[in-house]
Amino acid sequence: MEPLNALVSVSNFMLIPALAYGSQLALGALGITLIFSILRFAHFAHGDTMALGTAAVIGGTFFFQSQGIGISPLPTALLAIPIGIVVMILYLLAADRMVYRYFRQVKAKPLTFVMASLGVMFVTNGLTRLFMGVGETRFEDGERFIFTVREFREFTGLAEGMALRSAQAITIITALVVMVILFWFLNRTRAGKSMRAYSDNEDLALLSGINPERVVVITWTITAILLVLAGTLYGLDKGFRPFNYFQLLLPMFAAAILGGLGSPLGAIVGAYVVAFAELGITFAWRRVFSYLAPEGMEPTSMMQLLPVDYKFAVTFAILVIVLLFRPTGIFRGKVI
Amino acid sequence: MAEPVLIGENMTGGYGNGPDILHDCTIAVEKGEIAVIVGPNGAGKSTAMKAVFGMLNLRQGSVRLGGEDITALSPQARVRKGMGFVPQTSNIFPSMTVEENLEMGAFIRDDDIGSTMEQVYTLFPILRDKRRQAAGELSGGQRQQVAVGRALMTQPSVLMLDEPTAGVSPIVMDELFDRIIEIARTGISILMVEQNARQALGIADKGYVMVQGENRYTDTGEALLADPEVRKSFLGG
Repeated sequence: MEPLNALVSVSNFMLIPALAYGSQLALGALGITLIFSILRFAHFAHGDTMALGTAAVIGGTFFFQSQGIGISPLPTALLAIPIGIVVMILYLLAADRMVYRYFRQVKAKPLTFVMASLGVMFVTNGLTRLFMGVGETRFEDGERFIFTVREFREFTGLAEGMALRSAQAITIITALVVMVILFWFLNRTRAGKSMRAYSDNEDLALLSGINPERVVVITWTITAILLVLAGTLYGLDKGFRPFNYFQLLLPMFAAAILGGLGSPLGAIVGAYVVAFAELGITFAWRRVFSYLAPEGMEPTSMMQLLPVDYKFAVTFAILVIVLLFRPTGIFRGKVI
Repeated sequence: MAEPVLIGENMTGGYGNGPDILHDCTIAVEKGEIAVIVGPNGAGKSTAMKAVFGMLNLRQGSVRLGGEDITALSPQARVRKGMGFVPQTSNIFPSMTVEENLEMGAFIRDDDIGSTMEQVYTLFPILRDKRRQAAGELSGGQRQQVAVGRALMTQPSVLMLDEPTAGVSPIVMDELFDRIIEIARTGISILMVEQNARQALGIADKGYVMVQGENRYTDTGEALLADPEVRKSFLGG
C-alpha cells in the first residue's frame, strides 16, 4: 500500500483539474445568480457572452503579442483582460438598452426575459463565430508549468508524479481573489448593499430612493467582469472553442441552482460540487486504488463509473435530483 | 387656522384608469400630531393614504406638504421632500440585517446617519440588540419596528403608517402605539390607517372615519370615541 502515491495520483488527475474547473464554473455561476436575483431572469446568453468576452481578450492578446508586449512568465492574456472587460461591459449594456430594458418597462414575465436572452445568445454566438471561427484557438503563452511531473518526481522521489500548470494556479488564485472582492463589495459598500436591497424588495428599494437603472448598470458591469475572467481562465486552461462555452451553460446553471439561486455563496459551493462530481464520476480510479489495495488485490478494471463523454450527463443528473428533492438548493435560494 | 403640515384636499381618484375609489376626500395632519383614518373594510382607508403619497392618480383635488403643492410628484420624490411611508406588507429587506435595513432607509442622505440611527435604537432598544441579525428572522412586532425605523431614517416631517399593527398581538400593539406617540412628540406628524379603530382613536389627535371613499365623520379622536353614532356604527357599541 502506498497512500502517498495514491494521493499524488488523485491530485494530479482529479483534484487539481476539478479545483480549476470548479473555480471557472464558480465565476460563471456567480454571474448567473446575480442576474437572477437582481434582474430576475435566467440569463441563457451567459455561456456565449463568455465566449465573446474571451474572444475580445484573445484579440487583445494577439495584438500585444504582435507588438512584443508581454508579462512573461505570466500569460499575455492577463494583460488583455481589461480590454475584454470594457468590451463586454459595453456589449451587455447595449444588449440591456436594446432588449431587456423594454421588457423591464412593460414588466414582462420572467419567461419573456428568458426567451429574449435566448435571442441575445444566438446573436452573440454568431458574432463570436464571425470573429473567431468555430475551431480551437490556443492563446496560452508564458511559462506553461509551475512544476512538471518530472520535476515533482525528482524532487519528492515518489513513483507517481504531479504537475501544476500555470493556467490552473492562476485560475484558482484569481477566482479566490475575485470572490473575496465580490463579497466585500456586496456586504460592505453602499452600491453593493443597494443591489441586495433591490434584490430583496424592489418596491421598498424604490421608496428608499435606490435608482433601479443604476442597480441594473452595476449588475451588468459586475457580470461582465465575472464573465470575462471565467471565460479567459477557462480558455487558458482548456483552449478556446465557442461551442464548449455554450456547453458550459448547463454546469453553470446546475451550480447556481444546486447552491440556491440568488445566493452567491451557494453558486460557489454548487460550482465546486458540480466540478468534483463531473470529474470524480468520469475518472478512472484504477491507478489510485492499485496504490491503496493490499498486495495482490489490485483492481483489474478501469474503475470508471462513466466514460468522460458523459460528464454532462452527471451535471444533468445533479440538476434533476436537486429540482426534484430540494428545488431551493443548498442555501435556500429562490425557486425558478 | 394655519395650513396643516400635510393635507390631501378634495381628493377624487382611483387606481390606473379604473373607477374612482375616493370621492372628494380630505385628509390632513398638523405638526407633531397623530391623525388616524378608520372605517369599515373596503372604505378606501389605505387608498386615501396612498393617494396622499402619490401612488394613485388624482382626477381632482391636491396634496400639499408644508404649503407646497406636491400633487404631481412621484412617491420617491415625496420621500425626498420629507414624507416617510411604511407599507402594510413587504416593508423590510428580509435578507439584510437590521442595521443594513436602516442604512438603506437613509440611502438618499449624504450626511452622517449615525445620530439618526442612534435615535431609532433609543426608540426601539430591541433593534440595537438584533442589529446584526437578518430582519426576516425577527418576530412580527420586531419587523414592524424595523419597518418604522427604516422610514424614520430619512428624518421625515410626516410619517405615514399603513396598518402598522396588522397581525401583531394586542400587547405588541399597545407597545407600538406607545412608540408612535413618542415619535409624534419629537415633532414628526403621523398619519396612519388602522383596523383597531378604538385603540387607534384613543391616541389620535384627529380621526377620520371613512365610508365608501368619503369622509363620514371628522373630529378629534376623543370626540369620535364619544360620539354615539360613530360608536354604534363603527366601534361595535
